[in-house]
Amino acid sequence: MATLLELTQVSIEFKTPKGTFKALDNVNLKIAEGEFVSLIGHSGCGKSTVLNIVAGLLHATTGGVVLDGREVNEPGPERAVVFQNHSLLPWLTAYQNVELAVKEVARGKKSRAEMKAWIEHNLELVHMSHAMHKRPSEISGGMKQRVGIARALAMEPKVLLMDEPFGALDALTRAHLQDSLMEIQRDLNNTVIMITHDVDEAVLLSDRIVMMTNGPSATVGEILDIDLPRPRNRLQLADDAHYNHLRHEVLRFLYEKQRKVDDFPAAGGGAKSATTVAEPVDAQPNVVDIKSHELKNREVA
Amino acid sequence: MVISTTSSRFAQMRELKLGTIASNLLRDLGLPLLGIAIFLLVWQGAASQVHTSLGQFPGPAQVLVQAKGLYAEYREDQEREAAFYVRQNKRNADRLAEDPKFVADAIRPYTGKPTFFKQIGTSLKTVFTGFLLASLIAIPVGIAIGLSGNLYSAINPLIQLFKPISPLAWLPLVTIVVSALYATEDGGVPKSYITSSITVMMCSLWPTLLNTAVGVTSVSSDLVNVSRVLRLNWLRHVRSIVLPASVPMIFTGLRLSLSTAWMVLIAAEMLAQNPGLGKFVWDEFQNGSSDSLGRIMVAVLTIGFIGYVLDRCMLQCQRWVSWDKQAVQR
Repeated sequence: MATLLELTQVSIEFKTPKGTFKALDNVNLKIAEGEFVSLIGHSGCGKSTVLNIVAGLLHATTGGVVLDGREVNEPGPERAVVFQNHSLLPWLTAYQNVELAVKEVARGKKSRAEMKAWIEHNLELVHMSHAMHKRPSEISGGMKQRVGIARALAMEPKVLLMDEPFGALDALTRAHLQDSLMEIQRDLNNTVIMITHDVDEAVLLSDRIVMMTNGPSATVGEILDIDLPRPRNRLQLADDAHYNHLRHEVLRFLYEKQRKVDDFPAAGGGAKSATTVAEPVDAQPNVVDIKSHELKNREVA
Repeated sequence: MVISTTSSRFAQMRELKLGTIASNLLRDLGLPLLGIAIFLLVWQGAASQVHTSLGQFPGPAQVLVQAKGLYAEYREDQEREAAFYVRQNKRNADRLAEDPKFVADAIRPYTGKPTFFKQIGTSLKTVFTGFLLASLIAIPVGIAIGLSGNLYSAINPLIQLFKPISPLAWLPLVTIVVSALYATEDGGVPKSYITSSITVMMCSLWPTLLNTAVGVTSVSSDLVNVSRVLRLNWLRHVRSIVLPASVPMIFTGLRLSLSTAWMVLIAAEMLAQNPGLGKFVWDEFQNGSSDSLGRIMVAVLTIGFIGYVLDRCMLQCQRWVSWDKQAVQR
């Protein structure tokens, strides 16, 4: 398949009071059309930074991103983002949140009735038709994230960027949403970059897993092809030898090759709870990522 | 057996419910009333100890008498006013009956001395004018400096400099400038009204300005990112993201501004001789009759009560407008 998105020698430095901090160094990545790629790595390795550079929210210090033959230098709806904490406007209903995006993207291209149908279609895709006139405060975390996905899909992006989309959800809700995402992906075949800290999620959803080395100066460590046939079923895969082998490969990379000793004692601690509310850390055996560092990066940026 | 236990449990629950209602009633109604009663007693006791050149300081009872007196004056004046217009109309009608070609002059307005209640009306009108002007300036400027760090740096020293200035310091300047720029012909808006409105505006600007700026700066960066991904233009960014997100803070500022405006107004009216509550207090002070202290006390309590009502109204507006019902404080 043709390359849709290409990151070439991407490096980024942040100015901090202690001097420059090089978060990413020489990241190279090619993503084909229709491919689902996961980025996985330890906290502070700059996964979110990579995503934000692709989104155009951050600018690479050197190197660049080319999408469909054009250089990325500002954010835009063709690179829609699903944010970790849903980022819905709290004063708008689910429908209105999607409408805001659709009105902006389809201005002059769709009639009013077409827009309405398109908004409803996208909410239907994520199974939110029953609650589309509710505000974010009236629906659960998983439902909010569904609306966030509907909003991103409604922009008809060339690349869908997902920044730990299910990171703040409990294990059961997370599984439901993963299944929904696989279902949507089967129908739409979007090009997706997803950041995750969940090994099972990465293996279940992805065509390729990009494993990143530890920061500072993080870069792409290994790339693992996930050649499991689709449709994938989480229950069947649990006993599948190849699935477990792939899972093991990711774990080996994270825990042996890129072991990050100092981070483990903090894995269930304050850094996480500061960013997400009621994160059920204990329920996730493969949590390897803490967002604190990336948040710091954002503040610097 | 089962039925009897259930019914007795219901009775228990009912008793419990009645108990909570009673205790709630005590807390919500009983305790405030008790507080007021104690205050009145202390007031009465303290007032009886204070002897002034205008006689004894008025206690609650004397103040109530003066309040009734003021109301009676108001009713009397209303009757007089009505009679005044009736007389005018009758005279015109009579003239028309004598001479069919007679064209009546415009009805002359009543020229009686403004009563206490009319003065309340003037005060409210003045305070709303000043508050409205202040809001019209403060909200847009607040949004602008909240969005642009550079603009904030440029304007912040000025805000800090002008914020602590008392209305009394502004008033002479405002009076002179208004006199220079605004020449009243008869029937126009009185100068004193403009002077006090502008003074109110200059003092009540700051809480709204600063709170709006803080509200705008603290819009979640995630929402700003949503706006960037959607490439919302400046106007749409302000209208669909910034403004709704900072509505709770804007209203906190507006509430503070309105109470500042009301406080400033009284001082401004005293000096500007704008016919409002402040002038009423000043006139009574100058008048120096044995009733004066009681009448001033009525005005003081009225000022407090109106201030309270204004704040409640703003709170209600905030509740209607705000999407975040938890952010609305008491």
